[in-house]
Amino acid sequence: MPNLDPETWQAIWLTLQLAGLTTAVLLVIATPIAWWLARSPSRWRGPVEALVALPLVLPPTVLGFYLLVSFGPHGPLGKLTSALGLGTLAFTFTGLLIGSIIYSLPFAVQPLQRAFEAVGTRPMEVASTLGARPFDAFVSVALPLARPGFITAAILSFAHTVGEFGVVLMIGGNIPGRTRVVSTEIYGYVEAMQYAQAHWLAAGMVMFSFVVLLGLTLLDRPTVRILP
Amino acid sequence: MRFFLPLLLTCLTRLASAAEVNVAVAANFMAPMQQIAAAFETETGHTAVLSFGSTGKLYAQIRNGAPFGMLLAADSQTPAQLVTDGLAQPGTAFTYAIGRLVLWSADSGRVDNRGAVLRTGPSQQRVAIADPRLAPYGKAAMQTLEALGLRAKFEPRLVMGESVAQTFQFISSGNAPFGFVALSQVYTDGRITQGSAWIVPERLHEPLRQDAVVLLSAKSNPAALALAKFLRGPTARRIIRAHGYGI
Repeated sequence: MPNLDPETWQAIWLTLQLAGLTTAVLLVIATPIAWWLARSPSRWRGPVEALVALPLVLPPTVLGFYLLVSFGPHGPLGKLTSALGLGTLAFTFTGLLIGSIIYSLPFAVQPLQRAFEAVGTRPMEVASTLGARPFDAFVSVALPLARPGFITAAILSFAHTVGEFGVVLMIGGNIPGRTRVVSTEIYGYVEAMQYAQAHWLAAGMVMFSFVVLLGLTLLDRPTVRILP
Repeated sequence: MRFFLPLLLTCLTRLASAAEVNVAVAANFMAPMQQIAAAFETETGHTAVLSFGSTGKLYAQIRNGAPFGMLLAADSQTPAQLVTDGLAQPGTAFTYAIGRLVLWSADSGRVDNRGAVLRTGPSQQRVAIADPRLAPYGKAAMQTLEALGLRAKFEPRLVMGESVAQTFQFISSGNAPFGFVALSQVYTDGRITQGSAWIVPERLHEPLRQDAVVLLSAKSNPAALALAKFLRGPTARRIIRAHGYGI
């Protein structure tokens, strides 16, 4: 790939960092949410489930716009971060990370929730009769049984963050090395009429997405057979 | 009947000759163009259907067969390029407006009318500009910083919007304290309507010549030809000037 300049490689590296960190954070925060959604009898379950799914249907511009406004010095998050002496979050890597976590949240929560639902209550009850405390039972019984859900959640979160565009465009400020990722770089090349570079990156993106989705279907197959 | 018949005839001939043209318009020219299109419709009976976007995106769309009859670009290179590409009618390109750059803040009193805030403001402040690779106003902003000898100071603190429209959003939401946008975005009826601003002297950057061109697909479309003429007429010029453009 002789056409890619150092800035493009920087954008690729930054994208991988952003997607990797987003996935790691999401797995940590999505697990309790998914567990609660899968098992709670609370009447708040429905509203929370809908809230988690919102980023699926909202245009990224809506999300990006609200993030931009709330990150600003007059917005709620902006006031908080300014009061803590952290400055504001727009145009920073941390800001992008927060945006990506919200944007990809349903892609982590939903597969985990399905996986926990598939585990059912029975294995946990058995563990409990064998003397395991709830947290022990969760770690040593539910988590291993829900492994396919974790793999799907991780792959989808990672891939979805790599493909994120609207939110990054609206809160990133396109700063090389800090907030310029592959999708905005492609957009920049297209707008600047540098179609050759745009093709290289865009084709790479198509290949990457295809491989990820193919991997996902291959991973999915054995789990379908395992389920009774 | 004596009055009615001529009226009817006028209406009928108008209907018969009324045509429609799809116009691709650079985002910075949105506000004046909407007024111009309305006036154009009233005066000529033709209709101009407007699509807004950055010049680069509109160029890509035209190259790939978008059904536009005319382009109002934010620069003079893109219309010339379309003529070279064989997609625009040779000899139809003309300058419809000359843009003005402004250093603007949403806070009243932050930007003084000589731009001294660029030298005196807190050292860590961000400044928002449109991406100079994509937007002529971004390029002009860089040239201005260069001319003022402030490029090195601000380069690490630049925040870039993909267009002047997005740059304006960064500043108006307070995420950037100030930045360079098009005067037309903050100027109505001869004055700055919100925040504080310094209108950048034209000697600090290359002129922001905005050219229009009739595309080949519309070479025999009466609406496109009428609009090209209308844009150079007194009504359009009055609207264009009222939005802070020179011409």
